[in-house]
Amino acid sequence: MSQAEYVAAAYGVVFVALLVYVAIIAAKLARLERETAALAELARDRRADV
Amino acid sequence: MLAAVAAALMGLAIVFAFFVAPEDADQGISQRIFYFHVPIALTAYAAFGWGAFKGLLLLWRKEERYDLESYVAIHQGTIFGSLTLLTGSIWAKASWGHWWLWSENQLVLFLVLFLFYSAYFMLRFSIEEGPRRANISAVYALFGVVLIPVSFLAIRLAENIIHPTVFTRDGPQMSGIMFLTFCIAWVAMSVLAYALYRLELLGKRLDSNLRELREALS
Repeated sequence: MSQAEYVAAAYGVVFVALLVYVAIIAAKLARLERETAALAELARDRRADV
Repeated sequence: MLAAVAAALMGLAIVFAFFVAPEDADQGISQRIFYFHVPIALTAYAAFGWGAFKGLLLLWRKEERYDLESYVAIHQGTIFGSLTLLTGSIWAKASWGHWWLWSENQLVLFLVLFLFYSAYFMLRFSIEEGPRRANISAVYALFGVVLIPVSFLAIRLAENIIHPTVFTRDGPQMSGIMFLTFCIAWVAMSVLAYALYRLELLGKRLDSNLRELREALS
């Protein structure tokens, strides 16, 4: 490998790791959004029953 | 807003690292890894330190929120720590011809620090959730903080080293523009880490609140 390829590899590792981290957090926030919507619906149903 | 500032600063740091800073006379292009490797390592130290500080606050004030803050900070530190080891290994291979040298105290002590905080997660998740887990995790986080100055100063304490010493008592051993590039990259990495810390903390708090809501409604 040339010196330039090592530099590209080092910066690439950082970029990919941050991308994966952000994707995991984004997926988690999307799941939480779905759960919030489901809980809100459950609360509305409860209120309608009362 | 914070994420946008972090992204802009990271872009600026990359521009400076590749297009503004001059090429190093000794190491050539591989020296450009320094502009990300060192700020990432400093961010890892800061995150571990922040996690220990939050652990101390938990033990002192007995407020539950510090447990989650300490955990998220240590999680961040482990991510940045693994990136330090990865970028450092690539730089070592490019400069010294070796991926890793067990004879280098700086490398080994950073690995010890990283493994110590990696074990934090094994300890934490082996205990049932509650005040006991929070207290034990906080004490463990505080013990680890002792390793930070040792790891940081190892490079100066070691006798036979090939790991470069850039910051000495005489100041930074690099040109003004190189130091400016390093400072921009350091600020960018710190802001990015703080933005990710806030984001992860937000997710964890939301998750915890939703769990309580779910239990109350079921």
